Amino acid sequence: MKDLRLERDVRTETNKIEARGVQVYYGTNHALKDVDVDILDKTVTAFIGPSGCGKSTFLRCLNRMNDTVASAKVQGKITLEGEDIYDPRVDPVQLRAKIGMVFQKPNPFPKSIYDNVAYGPKIHGLTRNKAELDEVVESCLRKAALWNEVKDRLTAPGTGLSGGQQQRLCIARAIATSPEVLLMDEPCSALDPIATAQVEELIDELRSQFSVVIVTHSMQQAARVSQKTAFFHLGHLVEYGETGTIFTNPKDPRTESYITGRIG
Amino acid sequence: MSLGLLCLILLGLAAAAFFLGRQRAMAAAGGDVRRLHSLPGFYGQITALAVIVPAFAVLVVWLLAEGFVIQSSALSHIDVADVPAGSDVSLVMADVTRLARGLATLAANGTDVEALSHDPVALKTALGAAGVAMGNDPTPAMIDAAKAVRTTAAQSRLGLSVVTLALALAGLGWALVRIKPEFRARNATETVAMGLLIGASLIAVLTTVGIVLSMLSETIHFFGIYPATKFFLSATWTPRFGGGSDLGIWPLVWGTVYVSVIALIVAVPIGLLSAIYLSEYASRRVRGIVKPLIEILAGIPTIVYGLFALITVGPLLRDWIAVPMGFGNSSSSVMTAGLVMGIMVIPFVSSLSDDIINAVPQSLRDGSLGLGATPSETIRKVVLPAALPGIVGAVLLAASRAIGETMIVVLGAGAAARLSLNPFDAMTTVTVKIVSQLTGDTEFNSPETLVAFALGLTLFTLTLGLNILALVIVRKYREQYE
Repeated sequence: MKDLRLERDVRTETNKIEARGVQVYYGTNHALKDVDVDILDKTVTAFIGPSGCGKSTFLRCLNRMNDTVASAKVQGKITLEGEDIYDPRVDPVQLRAKIGMVFQKPNPFPKSIYDNVAYGPKIHGLTRNKAELDEVVESCLRKAALWNEVKDRLTAPGTGLSGGQQQRLCIARAIATSPEVLLMDEPCSALDPIATAQVEELIDELRSQFSVVIVTHSMQQAARVSQKTAFFHLGHLVEYGETGTIFTNPKDPRTESYITGRIG
Repeated sequence: MSLGLLCLILLGLAAAAFFLGRQRAMAAAGGDVRRLHSLPGFYGQITALAVIVPAFAVLVVWLLAEGFVIQSSALSHIDVADVPAGSDVSLVMADVTRLARGLATLAANGTDVEALSHDPVALKTALGAAGVAMGNDPTPAMIDAAKAVRTTAAQSRLGLSVVTLALALAGLGWALVRIKPEFRARNATETVAMGLLIGASLIAVLTTVGIVLSMLSETIHFFGIYPATKFFLSATWTPRFGGGSDLGIWPLVWGTVYVSVIALIVAVPIGLLSAIYLSEYASRRVRGIVKPLIEILAGIPTIVYGLFALITVGPLLRDWIAVPMGFGNSSSSVMTAGLVMGIMVIPFVSSLSDDIINAVPQSLRDGSLGLGATPSETIRKVVLPAALPGIVGAVLLAASRAIGETMIVVLGAGAAARLSLNPFDAMTTVTVKIVSQLTGDTEFNSPETLVAFALGLTLFTLTLGLNILALVIVRKYREQYE
């Protein structure tokens, strides 16, 4: 595992996603209150905070997964490269192809390893023939650091892999649709430390191609993999800034209490 | 002692044993519940169980065996010569049983049975006066047999009472001796509970075995008087109650399969699509209203469906489809029965599939939607494949239901056994023929009646095969998620 890398350079990048005044209601429950965040391109952004603070809710706003929850209501403005993703002209289905998502629990489809990765390219028609599809599957599995382990059994069911392998399969599946942003909702919470280290290493490599947003309960993980960190508490975005600053020199007393373990 | 009284005494003993056991446990612990391994109630339970379980087990076995013992004691008085020509030992035995019951009535009235039993004619008159009608004059052998029946039965009852009460008391003593503070009464009750559960499942299994065996014995009897080759290879079904029938099974199997296939063609798409709508698209409110409404279909008696087929669907199909298109002019047809039966089994498909689709983890749907798949793509490519084994099970259950259906076929498709491809012809199924063969006016030993058992066994084999197929499919594809 890597050491805590609290001091590091953050390359100045353009804003990929801009969120302004985002409010989320689940029925009468006001889950997210007035959140403003800029997600940078080619950067890993970590959302930290105690359970129920709204960080996963905000993550699910970014690819409109909250649309699938009947009681959820989202207000405010979220733009992806300047384009409002809640504009009625935007097709949420197309949007989700551009903003991939990896979930807390590995959820491979009950299909072969190959079909799991080929699922996105197939439904979006990203490849012209089988050879191209094979190529996409192989390169995604390589990017997810899974190719060497599964190349001899691509037709075996994806559910037969170990937990860590399943999660890397889900990452390969998500990047197969060539998204611009990758959202990860506590991707390591169901994994052992070794698999966690593999996934974290992967996230660091993915940064060169995607903008990655990761929700995590582990502050060490946030410190290890992210360049920017946002701290959520009780539905508010308390503090957002460089990871190093947040962890060494937080401005808000609530952030300091959380990272030193006094609240949470 | 009568059986009811004996049971009451045993139950009373068990109740007393409960309190005795509890009290003894408390006394053994010196009144301190904490010194006992289990709560006092468990000691009471185990004592009560020790009283009642062996006693009732012996009671049941004794009663089952009693019939045979009494029968053989009576038979020892009956010679082959006593059986009149054209009669049967079983008929004579029926008379003996009736006579024994009559003797009991006379004895209860205070008549001197011993004096009467030497005079068959007077006995018959006395029996007639007591309200017991005898067909034939009782022969001396029959009277002896009847008396043997009475004495054996009385001895048996006395023995039963003594043995069970002794066992109950022995159980009580055994349990009371064993009760000490460190006796694990709680675990012992657990063992008894497990035994109870095993017993319950055993009864279900044994019943199935019993059904098969009884069908099998009659079927073997049937094949003894009718060649199996003709049954399985002949393509005509023309039972003549005078004898010389042609009992080929194929027209019936064909009718069964044809009707069931049409029913499934109706029920599977409608049921599955409505299940998908209900589980994936409908709001909670719509689902709460529509699902029970569909399930009402399952609650309608099949005879009502039959009437619907007879009065509405049959004439409708005949007047609007069969006659204009030249398929014939019969209002009862395979199509009528199949359509109505299809409507009947829709809830089997839809309700089960709905539950199965709901059981597919939400995480799989999220995964697919998160990749930019539309809801219907998600259903087709992820949810349905994951739910497939369960859906196949639901369809096969519906198929078994359709194969076993009788009333709708009688009223919808008629009773004419026929091998035809035209879906607007009247045909019939195995179940309908079982009913009509068994309710006929022929003697029970003729092949025309016994064929019903061979048909029943064939049907059983057919549905059993379907169920095994369903099991194999489910087992093969299970474990695909989680």
